[in-house]
Amino acid sequence: MAHHGKGKPPRVGDHPLFRRALLTFVLVLVGLMIVAPLVVIGVEAFSKGVAYFGASIADPDTRHAIMLTVITALIAVPVNTAFGVAAAWAITKHDFPGKRLLTVIIEIPFSVSPIVAGVAYLFVFGLQGLFGHALQAMEIKILFALPGIVLASMFVTAPFVARELIPLMQAQGRDLEEAATSLGASGWRTFFSVTLPNIKWALLYGVVLCNSRVMGEFGAVSVVSGNIRGQTNTLPLHIELLYHDYNAAGSFAAASILAGLAIVTLVVKVALERQGAGRIQRPSALAGADTVTPEVKP
Amino acid sequence: MKIRLDNVVKEFETFRAVHGVSLDIDSGELVALLGPSGSGKTTILRMVAGLEYADAGAIYFGDENATDIPVRERGVGFVFQHYALFPHMTVGENIAFGMKVSKIKRSPQAIAARVKELLDLVQLSGLKDRFPGQISGGQRQRVALARALAVDPRVLLLDEPFGALDANVRRDLRRWLRKIHDELGITTLFVTHDQEEALDLADRVVILNKGKIVQEGTPETVCRSPADAFVMNFLGDANRLEAEIRGGKAHVDGIAFEADGIADGSGQILFRPADVTWREDGQGIAASIVRVIDRPDSRRVLAMTRSGQAVEFDTAPEFPHRRGDAGFLDIRRPRVYAAA
Amino acid sequence: MRLRRRVLPGLPLALGITLVYVAIIVVLPLAALVFKAASLGPEDYWRIISSDRAVASYRVTVTCALAATAFNLVFGLSLAWVLVRYRFPGRRLVDALVDLPFALPTAVAGIALTTLFATNGWFGGPLSLIGIKVAYTPLGIMVAMSFTSIPFIVRTVQPVLEELDPALEEAGQTLGASDLSIFVTVILPLLTPALLAGVSLSFARSLGEFGAIIFIAGNQPFSTEITALLAFIRLEEYDYPASAAIASVMLLTAFVMLAITNFMQARALRYTVRG
Repeated sequence: MAHHGKGKPPRVGDHPLFRRALLTFVLVLVGLMIVAPLVVIGVEAFSKGVAYFGASIADPDTRHAIMLTVITALIAVPVNTAFGVAAAWAITKHDFPGKRLLTVIIEIPFSVSPIVAGVAYLFVFGLQGLFGHALQAMEIKILFALPGIVLASMFVTAPFVARELIPLMQAQGRDLEEAATSLGASGWRTFFSVTLPNIKWALLYGVVLCNSRVMGEFGAVSVVSGNIRGQTNTLPLHIELLYHDYNAAGSFAAASILAGLAIVTLVVKVALERQGAGRIQRPSALAGADTVTPEVKP
Repeated sequence: MKIRLDNVVKEFETFRAVHGVSLDIDSGELVALLGPSGSGKTTILRMVAGLEYADAGAIYFGDENATDIPVRERGVGFVFQHYALFPHMTVGENIAFGMKVSKIKRSPQAIAARVKELLDLVQLSGLKDRFPGQISGGQRQRVALARALAVDPRVLLLDEPFGALDANVRRDLRRWLRKIHDELGITTLFVTHDQEEALDLADRVVILNKGKIVQEGTPETVCRSPADAFVMNFLGDANRLEAEIRGGKAHVDGIAFEADGIADGSGQILFRPADVTWREDGQGIAASIVRVIDRPDSRRVLAMTRSGQAVEFDTAPEFPHRRGDAGFLDIRRPRVYAAA
Repeated sequence: MRLRRRVLPGLPLALGITLVYVAIIVVLPLAALVFKAASLGPEDYWRIISSDRAVASYRVTVTCALAATAFNLVFGLSLAWVLVRYRFPGRRLVDALVDLPFALPTAVAGIALTTLFATNGWFGGPLSLIGIKVAYTPLGIMVAMSFTSIPFIVRTVQPVLEELDPALEEAGQTLGASDLSIFVTVILPLLTPALLAGVSLSFARSLGEFGAIIFIAGNQPFSTEITALLAFIRLEEYDYPASAAIASVMLLTAFVMLAITNFMQARALRYTVRG
């Protein structure tokens, strides 16, 4: 018999011709839209040979840009992480008026164009802005210097850690923390020995994504940095500068560092998702589950 | 429509497999496939529906070999365990779905009339415009039945139809399903792991274990003459005593029971808790009472035989004995089987 | 409103940190921007945001974002379908690669796409032979927008498709429906809330995108100049009020899109209300 030994009848979309056509369509587009840009970075970076690539990376301005990017991340990521943990703790383990509003405000930077963020910072710390003159009088330099770059980076990545932790900690409830407190543990003790072990993968996931975005941020930083070569150029800005200097190979060499970082980020992300962090924990995913399988199977 | 399964086989890696099942279902019969989880009962139902292909064997609908007829042309009505109602369609749209996608073109008026008729049949006339999320579990179950019946199926198949419902709703719906079946006379096969449900509802019960039929027959047959210890245990509470079989007799603690046709060796005696009488003296297996549990209409007594085997039995609420009292277990209707 | 008696410690500290951070990092700059834009006065404000060049930039941005989102709707749904329903070698790799546009810095994406689609590039060369120019045209903007927002629709649809109860399709089959009618009448409606949520996220991201676009766009006023770039250019021209006004339009749009997105995501839950 034709079907014998074949298990189930075909599901919707399992017709071999359709399947092959759709798979081909998708894989070709993935190749063109996602893989090709990645490959072209590598190819262009080495288009003038390995020596040129090495020289481009070793160039003092490139090295300075790398340093500045790393320093920015070293400041912005830990601060952001502390904020994300504090926000998640306050929002998921306590009730207070305005909680919903606070949750929405934390998410705002995710929806705002980085350019708008940069422009907005200009109107706080720039000479045209709220504190510009006061800062100038005190000789504090925020814009076109490291503090501005760090602040703008913190704005665009503000939601990253919190949005990983909030849904997870919401789902975990307060029972464990309440049990620990009832056994006499202090707040810090409760956090470090009860809460943290349960959220460590999600926390790390948020930190990794936050770091990736901080190191790669372009729009907001390009407004507030002033683009001073060898001084306030982060790596993404330096890439733009080299590119517009018609030094494509140098630009792509610098870009390949960030592309490498992106690949590392993806690998770590997949590893963390295997530990249960990430999108499967998000409410949208959970809601999706509820949408179609309302009954809990035993 | 008669259904015949001829030595149907379905191999899975571990679980739910079916190892050569043959079964005849008469036209208009209501048959239960009863078994524990993993016994293959749902797999059989899904093969009859065409939702699963058999690895070997054949399935006949009447005289037609239906083994390779695709599910959508097989003309079965299937009620899924969790109903699988389309959550974005109203109750009315759910019931109309099969008629709308059918190759037989019906006018909207004809479809509406049929939907109304089915809603009346399942007593949900007022709920046509509700969504599945807005009605109770029992109501969803009836919508699922109406939806399955709308396409005038040759066979009605139900997978654990009452599994997701509360006990009291379950009993009402059971009686009601029997009534609908008697009105429509459609050949019906349903799967359950609940022996009470199977016995209450079915003309005939097919008991499955590990992918094989262990017994089939009317509720009376399977209750009164369970084919083996598995059936005896599965159908209800049973006590089990180790016995030794010698020359057509089963011996337990010096008492002998009829064991015609069972080979010598170790054996077992099974009996229902209701089939024990406690005697202060006389015939029976010597035992002492371990505990007395009170129930609304009876007392359940836990006793221990002299050889250390536990027995439970039911008595009248007035049962006067207490923990520690010694006496004898007089067993009616013992069933003797060779050891498993 | 009185606070409920608290069991767990740490609220004052945690909430204190949160509020200070949100106030300084998020609210203060946005308030400063709104304040700056508001100080313009209605006439000047309107003159700036309704200038021909600004309106042209809105048109370019919105048109390209719509086209990019439409493309991603088809591509994203297909990609999610393939990842969830088919097993093929390299599936996990493709699944991981879907997030590349989020992980790759926009400037890097920008120069890579420009190089690919320039007339001497891998794609731009062959395309120019058949008369299609991508780099430095609105098509280039669409390509950059599509690239940066690929993951949104895939990642909103994928979990819903994964959790779609197979019994719903089987129910359709037992009722005699063809594959196409099951897809159209059962599967697609159940995916629609997730698709719309993904579409609104994708569209919002495309409206605000900057880094990936400016390299490939050509940036000619009235034809390939996006709104974000216009705000940037006004800044470089030291025309701060104009920059503030245009940025405030983008901010308002972002808020509207945020509201729409939240509404769409809430709607994605609509079938979960159980009796």
